[in-house]
Amino acid sequence: MSNEVKHIIPYGTYLLILAILIVLTLLSVAITSIELREYTILGALAFAAIKTFLVLYIFMHLKYEQPMYRRMAFFVIILVFVVLAITFIDYIYR
Amino acid sequence: MTNIHLHRDNEASKIGMWLFIFTELLLFGGLFIVYSVYRYLNPEAFHLAAEELDRNIGLINTIILLVSSTTIAMSVSAIQMGKILHSKILVSITILLAAVFMVNKYFEWGAKIEHQLYPGSQYLMELSQGEILFFGLYFAMTGLHALHIIVGMILMLVVLARINNGKLNAGNHVLVENSGLYWHLVDIIWIFLFPLFYLIT
Repeated sequence: MSNEVKHIIPYGTYLLILAILIVLTLLSVAITSIELREYTILGALAFAAIKTFLVLYIFMHLKYEQPMYRRMAFFVIILVFVVLAITFIDYIYR
Repeated sequence: MTNIHLHRDNEASKIGMWLFIFTELLLFGGLFIVYSVYRYLNPEAFHLAAEELDRNIGLINTIILLVSSTTIAMSVSAIQMGKILHSKILVSITILLAAVFMVNKYFEWGAKIEHQLYPGSQYLMELSQGEILFFGLYFAMTGLHALHIIVGMILMLVVLARINNGKLNAGNHVLVENSGLYWHLVDIIWIFLFPLFYLIT
């Protein structure tokens, strides 16, 4: 296995992503002041999902890794959603 | 320089850390599923209980972890570029930010406990089922997360020590990368904890 680093991410990229993450955080707080009742949390979770995607892809390097890593991460996330869905199918029909 | 002469396989190390991260995603994912079900069954109680949490501390802690994720990521780039001093400073800042997060957590939990809001307390047991569940989940999930922060801090202290004595350098830095991956996971978990506990009022 080679020791060479294929792609070193510059500081500036990380700082830019941080700025975006902070903006998204503030937006997720702001969205709760809008009266959407049940859908407010979906909005906040949508922002959380985008933030997670940025952390996974840039901070954790998934964008620059071999496809295998992205596929495995994607699989695990889908797995959690599937178990969530199956659990709810049970509860909703009780 | 190949790994034939070294007892080290960087790619395997990285895969190992990712596999561990997947188990952690399933662990916290499972807890989020528990939260989802109990929230579905007790929507008003969850809204009510969430009023007790201080959104400002939650927001500050979120920003602290986002910044700390940035600094540990930058430290990986730094050591890859051979910028040893940068990497030491950046890892140190990450550890300090983690410590500040823990101090905030101490004050948060302290305030709750002072108001008799902790699992098993007389006061809590007399509230509605949904409120009891909310606080049980709150302490369990933020507590488990805080344990992960402590482990991360210890890991990063080890990294800092090894950068200091030269064991970690531009030619051998997979531990810095892996500790970064672990820290980003801790960050991601909090990214979801924050809206689900602090933003549902």
